Amino acid sequence: MSANKQQPVAEGLFTWPSDEPALIGSRHGDGFSFPARPGEEQVLLKRRGTLWGFTTQQFRPPSPPYDGDDTAESFQPYALGYVELPGQLMVQARFTEADPDKLTIGQEMELKIVPYTTRPDGTEVLTFAFGPVEGEQL
Amino acid sequence: MTDVAIVGVGLHPFGRHGDKLCLQMGAEAARAALADAATEWSHVQCAYVGSYEVSNPDAIVGWMGLTGIPVRGVFNGCATGGTSLQMAAQAIRHGEADVAMAIGMDKHPRGAFAADPSVLGLPAWYGQTGMFLTTHFFGTKINRYMHDHGISVETLARIAAKNFSNGAINPQAWRRKAVGVEEILNSDVLNYPLTRYMYCGPDEGAAALVLCRADIADQFTSTPVYLRAAELRSRRDGAFEVQSPSLPLQSAPSPTVDASQAAYETAGIGPEDVDVAQLQDTDAGSECIHMAENGFCADGEQEKWIADGDTEIGGRLPINTDGGLIANGEPIGASGLRQVYEIVLQLQGRAGERQVQNDPRVGYTHLYGAPGASAVSILST
Repeated sequence: MSANKQQPVAEGLFTWPSDEPALIGSRHGDGFSFPARPGEEQVLLKRRGTLWGFTTQQFRPPSPPYDGDDTAESFQPYALGYVELPGQLMVQARFTEADPDKLTIGQEMELKIVPYTTRPDGTEVLTFAFGPVEGEQL
Repeated sequence: MTDVAIVGVGLHPFGRHGDKLCLQMGAEAARAALADAATEWSHVQCAYVGSYEVSNPDAIVGWMGLTGIPVRGVFNGCATGGTSLQMAAQAIRHGEADVAMAIGMDKHPRGAFAADPSVLGLPAWYGQTGMFLTTHFFGTKINRYMHDHGISVETLARIAAKNFSNGAINPQAWRRKAVGVEEILNSDVLNYPLTRYMYCGPDEGAAALVLCRADIADQFTSTPVYLRAAELRSRRDGAFEVQSPSLPLQSAPSPTVDASQAAYETAGIGPEDVDVAQLQDTDAGSECIHMAENGFCADGEQEKWIADGDTEIGGRLPINTDGGLIANGEPIGASGLRQVYEIVLQLQGRAGERQVQNDPRVGYTHLYGAPGASAVSILST
C-alpha cells in the first residue's frame, strides 16, 4: 500500500474505501445511468463486463480540464472505451492496459480503482478504470 | 410547400488568416454570395448566421449594412451550417422572406477543442481524468465498426488520401498537398486506430448562401439549384454518441440515419439517385461509417468501394470532391455551408479541375456533430 493519502476524484462515483469497489449508478424504470442521476434510486454496478470498443489517448489532453501531474513529455498514453455490464448499461472508462494490441473486443474486463495523478501535497487522486481480468489469457 | 432555390454561393477560403477578424471573413463570404446572385444586401429579408467563436454572429449587420431585417445567431455544434441552411429555407417556406441568407464563420485556436465539461452538462471528473475529448468517440466508433464489418485501416488511409488529393486541386482548400497512403498510415497514432493525417483540424473560414422562393429564382441566376430537403435530427436513446459516460445496452441508429431517411423521404429522391456527396469527415473513419449511415452502401461494402476508387472524382459516387474537412479543416459555423457551396458548384458545372463529369444533377450534404445531431440536405438542378 502506498503511504500517500488517497482521495477519489469525485464523491459518489464509486464505493471507497472498499475491498470490492463498485461504480455507483442509478435506476430509472428499466434504464440505468452512470454517473448516478440526482433523485434516482442508486444501484451498485457490476464489477465485470465485456469490452465493447476502445481507442487510445496518445497525447496529453488539453489542460484544463485534464489535471494529470504529467507534462507533454512525460505523459503516458492510455486506452479507454466502453464496457458492457450485463443487464445494466455500457460504461465508458479508462483502461489499465494501454496497449491496443493487448485489448480485444469481447474480452472480459473488471473494475479497478487506480491513481491517475498526484496533488502537490502528495495526495494520490483515484479514478475508476477497467482492466483485463487477471489470471486470464487473451 | 414553397420550393426554395439557392441562387448565390460565396466562400472565404478556410485555413489560417492571421489577425483577420472572423466577422470580416463572414462578411466577405456573404458579399461573394450576393455578387454570385447578382444582388445586394438591401434585398435580403432575413439571415441566419452561425458561429462558435463569435458570441453574437448577428453583429455581421455592422459589416453588411444596417437594414433592420431579422438576423438570428445560430449554434448547433458541428451541425451549425446545416441548421442555418434549414432555418433560412423555413423562413422562405413560412413566408417571412422571399430572399434569405445563411452565413457561417469561425476562427478557432489551434489543436483539439478544449472546454469545461460543464458546458455540456458533464461532471468535472470527466475532464480531469482525460476523458473529455470528442476524438475518443471517433476512435472507439470506428474501432468497433472495423471489428463488426471487416474494414481495414488501409481503407481509412485511402479515404484520407483521396480527400488530400481533392484538396490539392481545390484552390480554396487549406491542405493543398497530396499525402500518400503509406505516409498517412505511418503518421502518429492520435487515437487508435486513427492517425494524425486521418483527422481534420480546427481552422478559420466562412461560407454563405443566398436562398429565395424558387418562383423568383430567375431574377438572380439562370442556373438555380433547388433545395429538395434539409433535415435536422438529434439523437435518440441508445445512439452511440460522443462524450457519453454511459449508454444503454439497447442501441439505436445514429441521428445521421434518421436525418438521412427523412431527407430522402422529403425529397422523393433515393441514395441511388445521388451523383455527388459531401459527408462529414471529421476523420477518415467517420467518412467510412457515414457512407453506410447515409444509405449509399451496406455496412462493410466500403472496403470494396474504396479499393475500387468508387468515391474518387470519376468514381460512381464522388465524395468530398473539395477535400472535405480533412483538406479544408473545420470552422464549425461555416463547415456545413462549405459543403453546400461545393455541391452548388458541382451541379452548375463550375467546379474547375475537380468537376464531376457527365452533368451531375443531384447532390447531397451531411453533417454530424456533438452531442448527437445530424443535418442532411439534398439539392438538385
